[in-house]
Amino acid sequence: MATFSTNDFRSGMKVMLDGDPCNIIDNEFVKPGKGQAFNRVKLRNLKSGRVLEKTFKSGETLEAADVMDTDMQYLYEDGEFWYFMEPESFEQHQADATVVADAKLWLREQDVCVVTLYNGSPLSVTPPNHVELEIVETDPGVRGDTATGGTKPAKLTTGAVVKVPLFLDRGDVVRVDTRTGEYLSRARD
Amino acid sequence: MTGSESWRPGANLAVLRARAQLFATIRQFFAERALLEVDLPLLSGAFGSDLCIEPIVAQVNGAPGYLQSSPEFFLKRLLAAGSGDLFSLGHAFRDNERGRRHNPEFSLLEWYRCGWDEQQLMAEVEQLVLAVLGDRPVVRESYAKLFNRAVGLDPHRASVADLHRRAVACGSWVDATRAASLDLLFAELVEPALPAGLVFVYDFPACHGALAVVEDDDNGLPVARRFELYCDGMELANGYRELTDAAQQRQRFEVELAQRQQAALLAPPIDENFLQALQSGLPPSAGVALGVDRLLMCQLGCNDIDEVLPFSWSRCR
Repeated sequence: MATFSTNDFRSGMKVMLDGDPCNIIDNEFVKPGKGQAFNRVKLRNLKSGRVLEKTFKSGETLEAADVMDTDMQYLYEDGEFWYFMEPESFEQHQADATVVADAKLWLREQDVCVVTLYNGSPLSVTPPNHVELEIVETDPGVRGDTATGGTKPAKLTTGAVVKVPLFLDRGDVVRVDTRTGEYLSRARD
Repeated sequence: MTGSESWRPGANLAVLRARAQLFATIRQFFAERALLEVDLPLLSGAFGSDLCIEPIVAQVNGAPGYLQSSPEFFLKRLLAAGSGDLFSLGHAFRDNERGRRHNPEFSLLEWYRCGWDEQQLMAEVEQLVLAVLGDRPVVRESYAKLFNRAVGLDPHRASVADLHRRAVACGSWVDATRAASLDLLFAELVEPALPAGLVFVYDFPACHGALAVVEDDDNGLPVARRFELYCDGMELANGYRELTDAAQQRQRFEVELAQRQQAALLAPPIDENFLQALQSGLPPSAGVALGVDRLLMCQLGCNDIDEVLPFSWSRCR
C-alpha cells in the first residue's frame, strides 16, 4: 500500500491513523526559524465522523487508506440492510444501519448517491444534495397562505420530518436540502 | 499547481508595486544610517551546521556546493575584515520548507551594528518595521516570562522530562530533547497567546543560543542574548549579540555536526574561513535577519506567502 509524507498531505487525501481511515481536512507546515519543523494536521475519522487535530514530525509518513467514493443507485432496504448497486457493473453492496446512519432519512429508491467504500465495503453513504420526497403526514394546509412565512412540521415518506410552509398538504412533493434538512421548494410534477 | 493558469504570478501587480516600494524603503532606511550594502554569494562550499536547517545542494565544478540559508558567515567575514556596519538584502534557501509562511527560496534582510548590544538593535528593528507597517503596539518581554505565563513551566530550570511530558500532551510527536520540547510548546502554546502588534522576545534558553553570546542574567541564570520579533503572532526576525569567541564557536559547530550525523542528516564541512575570521577578530556587534516576504505579508494582510512572491516554488515547476 502506498504511503504519504506530511509534505504531500493535501485536503481530501485518505490516510490510515490508529487503524481507522481518515480524510485530511487541513495541513499546516509549522517551523520556527531555528527550530524543528512539524505539521499541524486536521483529519476526519471516516468511521466515527469525528474531527481531530494531530501534530506530526515533518516528513513522517502515513499509509494511504483504501477508500473510494463511488456513485451507486439505492435499491431498497429489508429492515436489516440497505442495498446499493454500481450502475456500470451492476455489482450490489449491502450496508447496515451504522453505515447508512442519517442518510436513511433521504434515500429514495432509484436515486443515485455516493457510497464510500473502505477495503471494498461500504463505510458511509452520502445522499444527493437535493431530494424530492412526498409528504405523508402534516396538519391540513391553510389554502392561499403563501405569504405569512409560517411553517409547520411535515413527515415525509422516508420518515424525515422537515419544516414546510403552511399551504402544503399531504400528498404534496417537496424538495429538501439533505445537508441542512431544510425545505427548499414545492416540487413540480 | 496544475492546469493552464500555472504560468501566472502569485503576486498581483499591486503587490509587486508594494514589494518594489518595500525594497526601496529598506535601502533608504539604511542609506540614511550609513550602513554599507553588500552583494554576497548565494553559493558556498560550506554550510551552517544548524540541526534544523537543511541545505539545498548544488554541483559546483564537480564538487558539492550549498545554496546559503543566510548571508551570516559572509557578513561576519566582512566585519572581521573591517567593513564596519553593513547589510545585505538578498535571497536565502532552506530545503523542505514549504507552507503558508514558508518557501524554499525567500528574501532575507540581514544587518550588523558594531559596538551595539541586542537591546539597541531591537530598537532599530522596531523603527524599520514601524516605518513599513505604520503605528502598531510594541511589547518587549523575556522568553522566560512569556513561556511561564502560557505553559506554566520555567524554560530554563524545568527538567527535560517535565518539558517533554507537557509537549507530548500538546501533540502526538516531539523529540525528547529540551530544544525540541521548547520549540513545540512555544509554537503550540506561546505563539497563539502573543498579543497583536509587535512582540520582541529576548533572552532565550542557552540551548537555543546558536551564534549568540550566552551569559548569566541578573539572576545568575545562563541566557542566550538572542531575540526574535513576532508580528501578529508570526515570526519575523531573529537577532543576536554575536558570539565572537572562535574556540567556543568551533565547539558549538562540532556539537551540532555530531547531532546532524546522529540524525542521519547531511553533515557539511565546517566553514573554516568563517572560524578564521572569528579568530582574527570579529568586532563586538549585534546582528539580525528579517524575513522580507513575511514583512510584506504583514503590511498587506496576506495569509499565504504565495500571494507576495512573483513565483513561489509551486509556480516554478
